Amino acid sequence: MGEVKRGYVRPLDLKHGCVDLTHGSGGRSMVQLISELFAKHLGNEYLGQGNDGAVLPAPTFRGRPGRLVMSTDSHVVSPLFFPGGDIGCLSVHGTVNDVAVMGATPLYLSAGFILEEGFPLGDLARIVESMAAAAKEAGMPVVTGDTKVVERGKGDGVFITTTGVGVLPDGLELGGSRARPGDVILVSGSLGDHGVAIMSKRENLTFEATIESDTAALNGLIAAMLATGAGLRCLRDPTRGGLAATLNEIAGQSGVGMMLYEKAIPVKPVVAAACEFLGLDPLYVANEGKLVVICDAPDAELLLNAMRAHPLGRDACYIGDVIADDHHFVQMTTTFGGKRIVDWLAGDQLPRIC
Amino acid sequence: MKYIDEFRDGELARNLGASIAATVQPGRNYSFMEFCGGHTHAISRYGLSDLLPPTVRMVHGPGCPVCVLPIGRVDLAIRLALERGVILCTYGDTLRVPASDGLSLMKAKARGGDIRMVYSTIDALQIARDNPDCEVVFFAIGFETTTPPTAVAIQQADAEGLKNFSVLCCHVLTPSAISNILESPEVRQWGTVPLDGFIGPAHVSTVIGSRPYEFFAEEYRKPVVIAGFEPLDVMQAILMLVRQVNEGRAAVENEFARAVTRDGNLKAQDRVADVFELRREFEWRGLSVVPYSALRIRQRYAAFDAERRFNLDYRSVPDNKACECGAILRGVKRPQDCKIFGTVCTPENPIGSCMVSSEGACAAHYSYGRYKDMH
Repeated sequence: MGEVKRGYVRPLDLKHGCVDLTHGSGGRSMVQLISELFAKHLGNEYLGQGNDGAVLPAPTFRGRPGRLVMSTDSHVVSPLFFPGGDIGCLSVHGTVNDVAVMGATPLYLSAGFILEEGFPLGDLARIVESMAAAAKEAGMPVVTGDTKVVERGKGDGVFITTTGVGVLPDGLELGGSRARPGDVILVSGSLGDHGVAIMSKRENLTFEATIESDTAALNGLIAAMLATGAGLRCLRDPTRGGLAATLNEIAGQSGVGMMLYEKAIPVKPVVAAACEFLGLDPLYVANEGKLVVICDAPDAELLLNAMRAHPLGRDACYIGDVIADDHHFVQMTTTFGGKRIVDWLAGDQLPRIC
Repeated sequence: MKYIDEFRDGELARNLGASIAATVQPGRNYSFMEFCGGHTHAISRYGLSDLLPPTVRMVHGPGCPVCVLPIGRVDLAIRLALERGVILCTYGDTLRVPASDGLSLMKAKARGGDIRMVYSTIDALQIARDNPDCEVVFFAIGFETTTPPTAVAIQQADAEGLKNFSVLCCHVLTPSAISNILESPEVRQWGTVPLDGFIGPAHVSTVIGSRPYEFFAEEYRKPVVIAGFEPLDVMQAILMLVRQVNEGRAAVENEFARAVTRDGNLKAQDRVADVFELRREFEWRGLSVVPYSALRIRQRYAAFDAERRFNLDYRSVPDNKACECGAILRGVKRPQDCKIFGTVCTPENPIGSCMVSSEGACAAHYSYGRYKDMH
């Protein structure tokens, strides 16, 4: 990255300007886009090095060497701006959370942008500002990045891929294969908010109360949970496929079954209503700021108290148990006392007709 | 959620379950068909069969709109999208119905067809207005519930003079399907499918009313209880059916009185009558060709009839030989009786249409109840 001397070039026209192919061609416009937009908002000592890669100090945890956790996530959400967030903060939260649920302290992020020719620069600036705010809040600076521009019609405005690294102290082991029969299942709050916010916006539906995405960085909440010393087995953020997909994943990896209690699963009334309307099941709807927790049964209360003391875990609750089951089914006791499977989703959730 | 939670009260459901258990007569088996996929879905999703005594058996009926759609009809829609370059709009579940050559509308979309899911015919009309240079076809499927909105769309397009909008009409009629089941040899002659009564459709009945079912009660001596799609509605309807059977009555009773009247929605019926007329015959998946069981667009609105506009000729395509959808739709077999259930045919790779929608008997059993076959 280089610095274009101000005064000799017109500044980026954030009000009326659009992304064009020159912004990705490696010439002056690209440098200008990077310096006036990306570096301006995301800048920090590592990004400011301006080299092809960032040189970072070896990670330590409380002064001792730790293990690296690395995760990557591509974001292709439509619409780009939605109630409660936008693709910018979402692309940070997604990766922060993927690193944090491993028990790691988030350290650094990279960001790759694929921009579509014609995309308004003003909107891009809003997205980058939102990313910067989210990265700052999560304490995970963007230290390196990339920008490409594709022709009109070959992208969907903006795609963002973020990669994050974090440091994991020795001795802390969390993972999808660690659930054991007898463990309990907790969630940090109400389910389905993000997916329903997106769907409502996409379908232009308005409800009496706006449904906001729950997109948030969970590293603070997770740190508070780890500090209790409770026996945690596995943490996951139930994004695509919702709670159902996350639990089926863990059940398969751990070779266990699960029993959920429908009555205990928190869904906001407005989200439940929107799901009724759109023909969706909230158990399969994406979340971007929620945590699924598998832990030792005796430590559940301790953890729930710690979670409820944090703003992002205020509505944390117990929703089910890990059980022995050779078929690794996730089952649910319905509000009726009957039982049913909570299966993997087959393809996309499509509304029923009748 | 108001007006919903009241009908999903677990306590009341258990009480109803206890009432049903107390009402069934010892040594007597009860077999009821829930006609609608909406009821099948409620039964599976809420685990209602666990609340019923073992002598009460629910038989899944053919009232799932995508399940009864024959392959040949989906082929027509796919041909329109892939060969004629139309923008094809349809309702959600229809996208996954298996068609010929391993295709479905979803797969045809991946091959470049412009196929769009809509929530309403209003959306399809808007797409037509927004794309004046493209032909826009609404692939209209479903029973009497979805027919009035299609009629309104055609009337609206006519009033606006919308030249690029047409409808591939596959609307079917509930009473014809019930007659077909009652006339089937399994029910009438051989008695291999015992049927003591029907849970009548919810949303369909809001449109057609309860009157059309009176014929079945009188002619075939089968009780019909029209019920809403909420789980408590279903439980209450089962109790009402058990009582009718015990008393030797065969009447049409209306559990869904909060939405269904005897005459139904007359305005909707008028609009349907204005736009549609009976087809002489129509092929159903599972029931084969059923006379006067579906609707076509009247001559007056011929310009909006995709079959006429694109000169489509219907070709019947047989189902996969191993698929038991036909027998399952008639209540002759259960999903787990099918050899390919859960092995070759899964929700990810449906061979038969009953595995497509969660209203379909196979998908409902696979998604919600298959653990019962394994433990």
